[in-house]
Amino acid sequence: MIIKVLGPGCHNCHTLEKNVRAALAGLGIEAPIESVTDYGEIAGYGVLRTPGLVVDEEVVVSGRVPKPDEIAGLLSSRA
Amino acid sequence: MRVPTSIANRPRTEPVLWLGLALAAVAWGVLWWANERFWTWLLGDLGGLDLGTRLGGGIHFFLYDTVKIFLLLAGLMFVVGMLRASLDLERARDYLAGKGLFTGLVLAVVLGAVTPFCSCSSIPLFIGFVAAGIPLSITLTFLIASPLVSEVAAIMIGDQFGWGIAAAYVAAGSAIALAIGWVFSRFDLDRWVEDMVFATRITRLRAQGRVPTLAERVDAAVGESRDVITSVWVWVVVGVAIGAAIHGWVPEDFFATYAGADNPLGVIVAALAGVPLYVNGAGVVPIAEALWSKGMPLGTVMAFTMSAIALSIPQAVMLRRVLRPPLLAAFFGAVAVGIIVIGYLFNALFP
Repeated sequence: MIIKVLGPGCHNCHTLEKNVRAALAGLGIEAPIESVTDYGEIAGYGVLRTPGLVVDEEVVVSGRVPKPDEIAGLLSSRA
Repeated sequence: MRVPTSIANRPRTEPVLWLGLALAAVAWGVLWWANERFWTWLLGDLGGLDLGTRLGGGIHFFLYDTVKIFLLLAGLMFVVGMLRASLDLERARDYLAGKGLFTGLVLAVVLGAVTPFCSCSSIPLFIGFVAAGIPLSITLTFLIASPLVSEVAAIMIGDQFGWGIAAAYVAAGSAIALAIGWVFSRFDLDRWVEDMVFATRITRLRAQGRVPTLAERVDAAVGESRDVITSVWVWVVVGVAIGAAIHGWVPEDFFATYAGADNPLGVIVAALAGVPLYVNGAGVVPIAEALWSKGMPLGTVMAFTMSAIALSIPQAVMLRRVLRPPLLAAFFGAVAVGIIVIGYLFNALFP
């Protein structure tokens, strides 16, 4: 499972990454988190509002920062 | 206004949520009503401060106005947040893609007005819109309307200047965005956009439709409300402090003498003065209100305010990633001209 956090590095993007790590820790899963900051790549996923969360090349969340619980739910159904 | 975190853990059935919302609204109303009275009592009766003096009056005003602004922002951004949670940008983009020029421009303005301007979102949005085949003029109109018609600024202006002027501000900003968009549509601007934008391959253009539940909307709205307060509170405090200082220490009609309606360059100077100010709408409006109360004509004040919010160097740097210098210059130049025109118009209509 490859996780990507889309965002140019603003506050929300960091919070999303933090929440993803918390979710992973809670589930006891280890997965690489890639930070995508290039606008071209971000737009390539069809994401219009950052931050975005991509799991195995599928956009699961865009335009908001979900809590660790919600992320854990999204991840566990894909693990 | 904090929503108790325990609410998040209770069963989130709809009736419970609606009850919670109703109670929150009542609590907000009580706080709003009690605000000024509380500070008058605390400082005047309990603290023995003479509220008639400059210092006493200034402190009272500072505390009361700051709390009032926080309440206003928290409450209204919660409502805006609820509305926004129902807005699916991807679906809006797909909807925009098929529409004719005029409809597209109007929709772009409406969308820009309600979309928060987080400068980090504007670039992916720009690329996404262009990739969806939305005409450049419409996308640019959206980019102009977003900071120009700032919902935070509109709320602040409504509170400090009155809701009639707030409505005029929204109308003026929308008109500028529409006019510029229409002018841009007369030209072929594709060659002034960076290649990177057109080279992007979009893998998912299909709208990811998913209707959010009430609980999700409330969550999003609370988050929106909290985000606004945490990001602007410093600006608000500084802005109100400067405004209070101007109220207390600048002579009445000071600005009427130096920047009055008979000074033809007033509006232009005000618009230029706003450019280097990288401030948030919430911070600049209290200052604008103070300037206005000291005799600066309304149009000049609005030019200053709109320029401070919409024309910023950081935003220009951001947009340089997607717009080539000539278009970037045209973009900012057009917005500046629009703001100046509105400034003169407001001076003529509201002397």
